[in-house]
Amino acid sequence: MTDTVTPGLAAAGTAAAAATTPGAATPGAAPSGATAASARPVAVTTKKDWTSDQEVRWCPGCGDYSILTAVQMLMPELGVRREDTVFVSGIGCSSRFPYYMSTYGMHSIHGRAPAIATGLAVSRPELDIWVITGDGDALSIGGNHLLHALRRNVNLTILLFNNQIYGLTKGQYSPTSEPGKVTKSTPFGSLDHPYNPVSLALGAEATFVARTHDMDRKHMMETFRRAHAHRGASLVEIYQNCNVFNDGAFDAILTKDARPQMLIPLQDGEPIRFGPEGERGVVIEDGTARVVEVAEVGVDALAVHDEHREDPSLAFMLSRLAAGPYTPTPIGVFRDVERADYASLVNGQVEAAMVEKGPGDLASLLASGSTWTVD
Amino acid sequence: MADVATGAQSPRAALGTAVEGGPAPDPGDTAGTAGTAEPAGPAGTAEPAGPAGTAGPGDAPEPGDAAGGGLAAEGTGPTAGVPHRVLDQVVVRFAGDSGDGMQLTGDRFTTSSAMLGNDLSTLPDFPAEIRAPAGTLAGVSAFQVHISDHDILTPGDRPDVLVAMNPAALRANVGDLDPGATILVNTDAFEERNLAKAGYASNPLRDGTLDRFRVLEVAMTSMTMEAVKPSGTKPRDAERSKNFFALGLVSFMYTRPVEPTLAWIAGRFARTPMVAQANTLAFKAGWNFGETAELFDSVYEVRPAHLEPGTYTNISGNTAMAWGLVAAGQLARLPVFLGSYPITPASDILHELSKRKNFGVRTVQAEDEIAGIGAALGAAYGGALGVTTTSGPGIALKSETMGLAVSLELPLLILDIQRGGPSTGLPTKTEQADLLQAMFGRHGESPIPIVAPATPGDCFFVAIEAARIALKYRTPVLVLSDGYLANGAEPWRLPVVEDLPDISVPFASEPNHRRDDGSYDFWPYLRDPVTLARPWAVPGTSGLEHRIGGLEKADGSGDVSYSPANHETMVRLRAAKVAGIAADIAALEVDDPGGNGELLVLGWGSTYGAITAGARRARARGAKVATAHLRHLNPFPPNLAEVVRGYERVLVPEMNLGQLVRLVRAELLVDARALSKVSGQPFRAGEIEAAIMEMLEAPAARPVGSELTAGSLS
Repeated sequence: MTDTVTPGLAAAGTAAAAATTPGAATPGAAPSGATAASARPVAVTTKKDWTSDQEVRWCPGCGDYSILTAVQMLMPELGVRREDTVFVSGIGCSSRFPYYMSTYGMHSIHGRAPAIATGLAVSRPELDIWVITGDGDALSIGGNHLLHALRRNVNLTILLFNNQIYGLTKGQYSPTSEPGKVTKSTPFGSLDHPYNPVSLALGAEATFVARTHDMDRKHMMETFRRAHAHRGASLVEIYQNCNVFNDGAFDAILTKDARPQMLIPLQDGEPIRFGPEGERGVVIEDGTARVVEVAEVGVDALAVHDEHREDPSLAFMLSRLAAGPYTPTPIGVFRDVERADYASLVNGQVEAAMVEKGPGDLASLLASGSTWTVD
Repeated sequence: MADVATGAQSPRAALGTAVEGGPAPDPGDTAGTAGTAEPAGPAGTAEPAGPAGTAGPGDAPEPGDAAGGGLAAEGTGPTAGVPHRVLDQVVVRFAGDSGDGMQLTGDRFTTSSAMLGNDLSTLPDFPAEIRAPAGTLAGVSAFQVHISDHDILTPGDRPDVLVAMNPAALRANVGDLDPGATILVNTDAFEERNLAKAGYASNPLRDGTLDRFRVLEVAMTSMTMEAVKPSGTKPRDAERSKNFFALGLVSFMYTRPVEPTLAWIAGRFARTPMVAQANTLAFKAGWNFGETAELFDSVYEVRPAHLEPGTYTNISGNTAMAWGLVAAGQLARLPVFLGSYPITPASDILHELSKRKNFGVRTVQAEDEIAGIGAALGAAYGGALGVTTTSGPGIALKSETMGLAVSLELPLLILDIQRGGPSTGLPTKTEQADLLQAMFGRHGESPIPIVAPATPGDCFFVAIEAARIALKYRTPVLVLSDGYLANGAEPWRLPVVEDLPDISVPFASEPNHRRDDGSYDFWPYLRDPVTLARPWAVPGTSGLEHRIGGLEKADGSGDVSYSPANHETMVRLRAAKVAGIAADIAALEVDDPGGNGELLVLGWGSTYGAITAGARRARARGAKVATAHLRHLNPFPPNLAEVVRGYERVLVPEMNLGQLVRLVRAELLVDARALSKVSGQPFRAGEIEAAIMEMLEAPAARPVGSELTAGSLS
């Protein structure tokens, strides 16, 4: 035991000396630091400023690296401060992400990141909070918390790394694995029907839902930028390759050659079409989205994408276009609508109560019931 | 309809403990009859206010007479023409169907007694079902209140008066009565169907089974329906006011002031004037019936208790806990954040705190127990006073996050309002069986300080103490209250706000670690050398950006570390930090009036009242017994070993099968004995008294480590 600090021998008083009292902080107000910080101009930063000194420990070739790079490259462009940025994660390969960002970060427990982040967002609404999670973390053990963070519209940017496998526990099938998946825990093939994270989020009436993939940094950065700009819960599903336990899971749609044929880029206000020459498109018929040849139906018959439509049904139909990553699959922003975020609502009630009743007085509270006096 | 004053007991014994003393049974704690205890009030000196009339049965008028006789009460105060007798204490139990409003009735009787200045203690006892089938034993809801003119500690062992609104209520409660007790029954409910539902083969009012008691038969339902006619209430709704009739009648019997109840009715039902009028009429009819029916040879008065000077309010444990949390936020100068999932018997804390937004309190009703503590921990990470409230089943779900809080070393309050377990168990009944779960119910070496309130009012101070420890030591802290404290109430002297402690702590604001090159960076696990607390650096603080998590962290830097030696260091540091809190808590106080105790009764949590009252009674019988009550269960107060080893014998009463006693025996190598009770009901003072006498009389007869049970002694 040669550690720097042992009881009684600690560098005397460093911790204590470094501290200040919260002083004039009023109960109920956000802790000091935040408000002061927002008055300062945002310093110009580079990717390096957002990169921590910790060695990255994902497997060589993991899709997580490109996602990390995309986020680290994006941060200097967002005009935000490192100290106001928090990455909260659960458990799994992707959840090591916060250690690699030189921001505030918490690597929490399996599935619970959305719940923990909800408390942080409500008590510190001015912070930029990112939740990093995976298909097992967000959709299996933490499915409940994800649903409720989305329906409450907590102001979180949720990046869901979907590799359709459990990596950190060495290769069991996940809730997004295709049926029949042969893994260590399913030697005869998995029996569980998978769910589609975008459909799930839309079903929970998430206000921002998008999909991107780890092979296209530019698309990731643009999608993350949009998700970050959205006030409320943003869910981004990222198709991410696990080259050790599920290599090539997305090859059918994500190899350079396959992409033009298999990715359907969603552009707000534009007819939904794809293919090297834009020769294919999507129509909505009888409550279902369907891929068609543009030449056969005409451009006017194509569905026009509307991210801002209040009713999530059309976005949901688009999310059902592909049963899995082996037929044409929409990417981009499915839905982006405005709704008050949860922290604003909670804090709005607090502020309204303070205005209406005045700041709480403890002595008055204690005497608020029937009282009597003994002399 | 006749007043069937059948019992051989004198009416004064039947209706409470009269101050003249005498051989009346001691239904409450102690003082009135034993003579050796020290009531705060002048119990022995008060004179009866009127001549003690003879206990003559009187004829009751027919239903409707009272209502038709004018609403004479009109707040004119008690009982013109009826002799007064002064009692030093009385125990009343209201019992009826879940839908009969017995909790409300009991609560109103309590409040008017509190306003009168009595000392009091209450025991609400209700089923887990919101509305069990009407008229069945399963649906019986009861509220017991003990009022006195001196210092009391428990809701009373056995009621002097039982108000039974139906046969099931009678049957479920009559076993708790001593011979001579008074039973006030609603005769209208004693018809064949209800008797059958309660399992009575014949009518107990007619078959002699109640001969040992003084039975007062009153047609409450029909008289209520007659009385509320002027309000225009439909008959079905009118019947629902009968609890106010009962309240009026008992208020008359015990000369409670009527104004607080009338004012309360007016306020509570302001939006439904018809209901307000019906309840008012029923209440007055009950009162008037008491006055005109000559059921009673005299009415009874319990005079104000001589409490310490100050302003008092009647408070339940859950309200006191919620207010304590509000206070803790103020004293720490931090916003309170509560993440909670509804669960009996803890939900009232969520309800109360959700009203206190102008104190900056934020409440989130989470999607589950796990999210409740998760959100609270997230808020604590952001610099709030994070709190989660639950009961035993919720603690089980929260344990993983508690482990994370231990590892992150962040302040967090976890309130366990215990109930009968395991599993869903007895949601509305009380138990103390989560102590070992609180101590050890987590994976890994995961020490968490534990604090337990002793009385409803003490919940306020325990909440502040728990917050003080959590903030100062950056640790989760468990509070163990229980259903008995949560719902029970007592008069509580309001603390002077200015006298409450400052529990604020600083946030880290600057880098704290000097690198080799002389520059500084921030190490999140560089500890305070005295408290071993790590710095609390909240997001938004420039220059202190850092990452923490559930993986083991390197001592000091907080970087992820799998080093064997480092893990050993960190496990020991976390344990040492919690153990070190012992130096920062109050020493255990011993109540040993003679200084010659042969037995120490050591308790914790809600058994305080019963233990103290039981010991007083035992001392009155000559027992040399000392008591001590633990507020801190982890770590123990530093002098616990010295105290415990100072006594030849140690008895540990608990509402479990012996959890504290196990810790005491393991840690102190003392042959302490358990007194166990796991019926979902709190200890009676008499049970403690009996155990004390048994321990003192036949200590050698018991094998080492053997356990006494309350049932075998009472």
